[in-house]
Amino acid sequence: MYQYDNYDQTLVNERAAQFRNQTERFLKGELSEAQFLPLRLMNGLYVQKHAPMLRIAIPYGLLASRQLRMLAHIARTYDKGYGHFTTRQNIQFNWPKLEDVPNVLAELATVQMHAIQTSGNCIRNVTSDHLAGVSQDELEDPRPYCEIIRQWSTLHPEFSFLPRKFKIAINGAAKDRAATQLHDIGLQLVKNERDEVGFEVLVGGGLGRTPIIGVTIRPFLEKKHLLSYLEAILRVYNRYGRRDNKFKARIKILVKELGKEKFTEMVEAEWAAIKDNLLLDLEEIERIRKFFQPPPYETLTDDPPLLEKTAHDSRFAAWFRHNTVPHKVPGYRVVFLSLKTPGKPPGDLTESQMDSVADLADRYSFGEIRVTHTQNLVLADVKQADLLELWQEIQALGLATPNIGTATDIICCPGLDFCSLANATSIPIANGIQHIFDNLDYLYDLGDIRINISGCMNGCGHHTVGHIGILGVDKKGEEWYQITLGGSSGKDASLGERLGPSVSKEQICLAVEAIFQTYRDQRLEDEAFLETVRRIGMRPFQERVYGDN
Amino acid sequence: MEIIKDGHVVTNDWRHLSDDEVLPEQAITVSVQRWKSEKDRLLTGGVPLGLRLNSDDSLEELAADLGFFSIIVLEFRKFTDGRSFSLARLLRERYGFDRELRARGDFLRDQIFFLSRVGINAFEPNGSANLQEMLPALQEFSVKYQAAVDVKEPLYRRRK
Repeated sequence: MYQYDNYDQTLVNERAAQFRNQTERFLKGELSEAQFLPLRLMNGLYVQKHAPMLRIAIPYGLLASRQLRMLAHIARTYDKGYGHFTTRQNIQFNWPKLEDVPNVLAELATVQMHAIQTSGNCIRNVTSDHLAGVSQDELEDPRPYCEIIRQWSTLHPEFSFLPRKFKIAINGAAKDRAATQLHDIGLQLVKNERDEVGFEVLVGGGLGRTPIIGVTIRPFLEKKHLLSYLEAILRVYNRYGRRDNKFKARIKILVKELGKEKFTEMVEAEWAAIKDNLLLDLEEIERIRKFFQPPPYETLTDDPPLLEKTAHDSRFAAWFRHNTVPHKVPGYRVVFLSLKTPGKPPGDLTESQMDSVADLADRYSFGEIRVTHTQNLVLADVKQADLLELWQEIQALGLATPNIGTATDIICCPGLDFCSLANATSIPIANGIQHIFDNLDYLYDLGDIRINISGCMNGCGHHTVGHIGILGVDKKGEEWYQITLGGSSGKDASLGERLGPSVSKEQICLAVEAIFQTYRDQRLEDEAFLETVRRIGMRPFQERVYGDN
Repeated sequence: MEIIKDGHVVTNDWRHLSDDEVLPEQAITVSVQRWKSEKDRLLTGGVPLGLRLNSDDSLEELAADLGFFSIIVLEFRKFTDGRSFSLARLLRERYGFDRELRARGDFLRDQIFFLSRVGINAFEPNGSANLQEMLPALQEFSVKYQAAVDVKEPLYRRRK
């Protein structure tokens, strides 16, 4: 993974020192609440329901074991012993004291971590495919470009006070595991007719209260133009994005109001004026790429005795089937650690689990851990011969729930329990749905189902792109839930359609169960949930959930 | 009144004329509106001229006039409005404006590092800001990843 040199290290040190000064000025009353707000947000610090919340960047989801140990230390020392992994490949701490945050940032800086631009109206943490570099369907590893963009966007002097937050995702594989169509800018590595690799540039996607799927404004961008093209898009957005209404300030609204053609024309005109002065050196791409070389894999073959082991223990077999995926190198396998243990808040990890996972990463996966946008962890490079032993260890940690990609692997925001924006709880709903499945066979029979829950229309739980989306709403002080069906954040991205009137907190899990039953009744052989919804439409589900009237 | 210019606290020698004030015998800045309606009269007034630009004024429309001004003042009505950061950079890089470029109004000490990077060399903050205490903020970071007005090469070309 990328290693800081003196420049990178100096910058995070200086940033931590700057924030210490800002916090002191705020506490002394020299900075008003309103003035401190964007400054603290650009350092990941919210003021939440119970305490400040600190969001720490995990650039493109990559963590070294020593970094995870530092997060454990922070959870232990400054928080209540756990952290929450989010859909943004970040970790959030819910209970730090404001006056401790400068110390937290200083400690993070010692392991090349920071909270820079994890919130605020600036370019946010760049996200990517959690299987980058190991998947079999990859055209090129996207992470060098993520790192190049991380550096370009960090403290960008022109784009630190944008109309609204700005999110970029990059995907290098055939399958889209980075939801590129749902970002302000999505970059997909593609090949042109001359067999050169470059980027398809999508703009204007996003979730939140006006979910929109991004549009391609340039089918092929040469690598050397990556930064100039981003700069052109950002400049057009910074100058012409709406600032009169925060709900209309995202670039998706600008693209929609101008129309794709006009917007593209403006970007291309801006780009034409700067592209020759802002070339990205191909040597720099090569330099950064060296940090993402494959680890020293052993020469192995795929492990036949593994099949025997899975045959011997049905629990191991279930875990192997659901929580591991093929690796591009023979003899290795990618392992998911499930942070979706029924009854626990999705995405949470305790400090002792963090320490243990760091140890496991050292022993089994070259000291690296990845964070997925579905709020799970990945050990990407595990020898197949080690899988049984690893499984036993993560079982003891409670991270082996064999449910990746199933109906209990729920994406869920912190909701009303922690977030001051939320209208409704979301964690208890996730737990309620998980409890439908005391029988794992029933869970597996339903196959791949993505359930996403948000406690408010800001959509941190990505409800609009869940196969089943659940949105908490407030009705006269009571928690109600709207259901959408048919969303997807993959290559076939789509927004879910509303099923009908919202249902009460008492009814929501029953409604979800009715949706499962409808699917079981209606599906054709081997048909996945999403396919069934797309084929039969809302009606059969409505009848089951709401009755005939 | 004092301002920060080129890293020092100095006396302000410009008067920001409102649209209905009579022309005085001293260096003045005027709004875009006044410039458009009184261009000829202002040019024959015999005093140094400056232009005050709001963040939503169209730079493109004024491009041909920029040579008339000894100073351009970017008005910050709200410190969270980042449009003038782009205007500054365009003025320097695209339109070649090489005289005083001043930020005036509602901006924070914590923004002047960014503002100086996009080409602003003078600062006239609202109210009673302590200018001496603001000066160190111009050097808050020694590392600059991106090319901008102050450094023409991205850091990767300068790394040793």
